[in-house]
Amino acid sequence: MTAQESYVTEDGRTIGPTVMEMKNITLRFGGVKAITDISFDIREGEIRAIIGPNGAGKSSMLNVISGFYVPQEGQVWYKGKRRPPMKPYQVAEQGIARTFQNIALFEGMTVLDNVMTGRIRQMNAGLFSQAMWFGKAEKEEIENREAVEKIIDFLEIQAIRKTPVGRLPYGLKKRVELARALAAEPSILLLDEPMAGMNVEEKEDMSRFILDMNDEFGTTIALIEHDMGVVMDLSDRVVVMDYGKKIGDGTPDEVRNNQAVIDAYLGVAHD
Amino acid sequence: MPEQLAFAIEVFLNGLMSGVLYALVALGFVLIYKASGIFNFAQGVMALFAAMTLVGIQNGQVPFSHLINAALGTQIHHFGWHIHSVLAITLTVGVMILLAWAIQRFVFRHLVGQEPIILFMATIGLAYFLEGFADLMWGSEIKKLDVCLMADACLPQGINLAIDEITFGWFGYGFFIDNLDITATIVAAILVVALVAFSQYTKQGRAMRAVADDHQAALSVGISLNFIWVLVWSVAGFVALVAGIMWGAKSGVQFSLSLIALKALPVLMLGGFTSIPGAIVGGLIIGVGEKLFEFWVGPLVGGATENWFAYVLALLFLVFRPQGLFGEKIIERV
Repeated sequence: MTAQESYVTEDGRTIGPTVMEMKNITLRFGGVKAITDISFDIREGEIRAIIGPNGAGKSSMLNVISGFYVPQEGQVWYKGKRRPPMKPYQVAEQGIARTFQNIALFEGMTVLDNVMTGRIRQMNAGLFSQAMWFGKAEKEEIENREAVEKIIDFLEIQAIRKTPVGRLPYGLKKRVELARALAAEPSILLLDEPMAGMNVEEKEDMSRFILDMNDEFGTTIALIEHDMGVVMDLSDRVVVMDYGKKIGDGTPDEVRNNQAVIDAYLGVAHD
Repeated sequence: MPEQLAFAIEVFLNGLMSGVLYALVALGFVLIYKASGIFNFAQGVMALFAAMTLVGIQNGQVPFSHLINAALGTQIHHFGWHIHSVLAITLTVGVMILLAWAIQRFVFRHLVGQEPIILFMATIGLAYFLEGFADLMWGSEIKKLDVCLMADACLPQGINLAIDEITFGWFGYGFFIDNLDITATIVAAILVVALVAFSQYTKQGRAMRAVADDHQAALSVGISLNFIWVLVWSVAGFVALVAGIMWGAKSGVQFSLSLIALKALPVLMLGGFTSIPGAIVGGLIIGVGEKLFEFWVGPLVGGATENWFAYVLALLFLVFRPQGLFGEKIIERV
């Protein structure tokens, strides 16, 4: 996968050059290797999935990308530059937004406020002008509000705009978290098991949102998912991990026919 | 109007005014507690430290002069200049920000993720350290704080006389209200409006609320926890300075000032630990309550009810409404 030319997919989306590249990443917790020598890339505008059985190191991989874990070995390249070890908030400032497997929202704040925090990167007006609501701050706040309302409309959570997040059911919380990440207008959007714990209908909704997001805003998405069926339908390319190692990488069709992947998921017959 | 009633109204108003001062201290507690979950026992000492620093800078006192004189055998105490109040206050704000940074850098950065009780104990340590440090830096004698050292009339002089006259015209009884109390009320009102505007409408305020709610989520949207904590301690330092100025101007800058923090505790129990309006209303209720209680019940029990009234009220709240009047309701989801 070294070809860097843009290409157009069957359904008419343009996939651009590599925006992020992981090179030989190894992550250890004490003596336990969570990730062993993994390399892969994420291209602009694509939906990239990371799949694997439980404990394969998928979430660890996502935490490495978003700066919550710092790998002992290997390099992270972002937009053509090697990224030095960074704090999670610095990674976010660079335009990498994420959601969490166990939902991390500001429970005491309303949905609207939660989504607004996603736009902290886009607020640059001075403290005084913000507090007094004049000049640059007013224009900025209006722009940010417009962008946020658009996302709220898009994810169909208008009805709960003013509701404190703590009161919402699980499925809606997941959607609010997605809205907050999307509000940052990220270069890469990382989704940690966006469909975990959802019923079939909710999964269909979420899949639709992910596809539409990618289609309408051109958002580059990297997601982790358990549900093989969903992943195969959604993604352009898939990385398969097992026991911290990469065992497959390619289009869903390529991965589906990869013997190592079939073995990892179905178990190997020993005869 | 019967004189007794007019007198009661006067007592009520004076209670409101002293309540404002309690509220100012309580405000500092609420800010830090909301944003970091730390109950800052050192808030009162911070007010003391701020007031001492202000007086020291104003009078051109040499910091650590006793230490320097003892070590070098010199006899320096003052630089021999006086600094204008506005400049002195600005410099003191600078010192409080520096202090906030130091507290975060050398104490709480090492205690991230610890139990609340550990953090609380760290603030007790901080209180003692800061008290000693203030002593070493500025000396322990009682100092007079005059904010109007240079400016001629920065307190609304004469307003108390005007009130006296007007009320005499209305009731045939002139109310006495202290100039300083009026100033304190105006300053507190401005401070509260500013704090609410800051926390509701600015990016940093939003970030502060976000950090208070969920660390991981805050990090993921690009908020630096360290920066926000320094910011919170700075704001609390600023509030401490305002409280320190008001109390210092009222009763002189002395070490007993650090004990006013104790009076803030019942205020917090009434208002709730997490509510800015709660701190204000709680302060006012305690202020008015203890004055009126002293006025009506005091004579029956031999007086001095002001010493315990606030605590008894707080105790009742602890029993019947532990979250306070405005605090977030404590709900355990099972």
